[in-house]
Amino acid sequence: MTILPASDRSLLISVGLEISLAAHREVLRITRALDGVPGLLNLHPAYASVLVEFDLRRTSHERMESAIRERVEAAVHAPDPVPRSVEIPVRYGGAEGPDLEEVARHAGLSPREVVETHSSAEYLVYFLGFSPGFPYLGGMPEKIATPRLAQPRKHVPAGSVAIGGAQTGVYPVASPGGWRIIGRTPLRLFRPEASPPVLLEMGDRVKFVPLEEGPL
Amino acid sequence: MLSPGFLTTVQDLGRFGYAHLGVSASGAADCLALRAGNLLVGNAENAPALEMTLAGGTFEFSADAVVALTGSDFGADVPMWRPVAVASGGAVRCGASRSGARCYVCVRGGLDVPLMLGSASTHLVTGMGGFQGRALRKGDEIAIGRAEIRRPRAATAPLPAGDTGVLRVTPGPQAGSFGDEFYQTEYEVSEESNRMGLRLRGPALAAHGGHMITEGVTLGAVQVPPGGEPIILFVEHQTTGGYPKIANVVSADFHRVGQLRPRDRVRFQMVSLDRAMELLREQEEWLHGLV
Repeated sequence: MTILPASDRSLLISVGLEISLAAHREVLRITRALDGVPGLLNLHPAYASVLVEFDLRRTSHERMESAIRERVEAAVHAPDPVPRSVEIPVRYGGAEGPDLEEVARHAGLSPREVVETHSSAEYLVYFLGFSPGFPYLGGMPEKIATPRLAQPRKHVPAGSVAIGGAQTGVYPVASPGGWRIIGRTPLRLFRPEASPPVLLEMGDRVKFVPLEEGPL
Repeated sequence: MLSPGFLTTVQDLGRFGYAHLGVSASGAADCLALRAGNLLVGNAENAPALEMTLAGGTFEFSADAVVALTGSDFGADVPMWRPVAVASGGAVRCGASRSGARCYVCVRGGLDVPLMLGSASTHLVTGMGGFQGRALRKGDEIAIGRAEIRRPRAATAPLPAGDTGVLRVTPGPQAGSFGDEFYQTEYEVSEESNRMGLRLRGPALAAHGGHMITEGVTLGAVQVPPGGEPIILFVEHQTTGGYPKIANVVSADFHRVGQLRPRDRVRFQMVSLDRAMELLREQEEWLHGLV
């Protein structure tokens, strides 16, 4: 574990340079261990790092670094939390999944086979990032990987389930986006009025469940 | 809101504690002006106020009020940087900016909008917080809150501007991947800049580092996408990103970033972490002088 300043009010904790399950477990452990550290403003966990932002009026780089080392050391034998399993219903294809056909063509599969492949895998939420409630998911079968659109769409509806390169994800809020949209879920991944405000959390295991036979 | 201006939102000092869910802090683009305005009218520093962008609006008051305008000079019909009484039925009129990008209207008592995840700040990208999660429109009415904690202060002078064309930075996590051209270049702020980030125009920077994986990013990070033109991540920034970061604007200069307008020119100067702290301390002392 290395800890270096990322700015005058943050430290970047790194546990590796590659995406791996081991790094993910380490990130999860560190993130949990740092909850409630005095002076903490924000934690940004990612694949193999945690960015720690703090209030300079209440702490300093030196004090925060010692607090991190103490907390992480104390949590070394903390048991891994039991991962939650979350099912996300998806209407694949049709108007809600306009790129399903193109993903199928690119993979040399039928649209039905793409849906079967996408919905039979189990995905891991490495972390939430980029935008509110957006899950970085691992575990998509390589054979349905599809390059992003050359021209991103100006408007991708909230709930869109999409493939971008070797990754898959769900857009929690409407936004521009360049991923291939293969379906949509009626679930809300980000709901600021609720507690917790997100459907998925880091460490969750996710399965996509086809809602009905789409117009395949 | 008789007229809202170009882009007027409700902002406080931001929404902290939710970055691990992908929610960046948002909050006032010029946090120093917001804090100063609130102190002048006797509010808690964090009270919600109006943030106007590039061109201001006209705001009518249906009750007696005390306001303070801070930030850039938007040609308002009331003096800036001091508490001003506005009688019921009166209005504050602002025009186009004569200096920087943002001007604040702080009202004694603050603005009464529902808190979303602990903050009143508008997060435009997600349509969350502030007044119905959006920029204000003609005809909107906002109640005045109860954030006053002391008497309004005496008039004060605006923060000594310093050289606003220079942003002080500390090295970013991938600073080693870049040469020092960054510090010798004058950049132009692009029109494609907003509360998420400021795109800069200038000679492309070449990165020499290897690949990196997505990691957390923080306010003021200067990231360099493959095209080589830097982007300053701002108050509504994404919480993680995959581009290398050459530098990070120091906390004491966040307010300068908030006052940059399209086509403004800006240079970067590297300072030590110790110097960054010193700059922040000087700023806090100035602010505390207002109390």
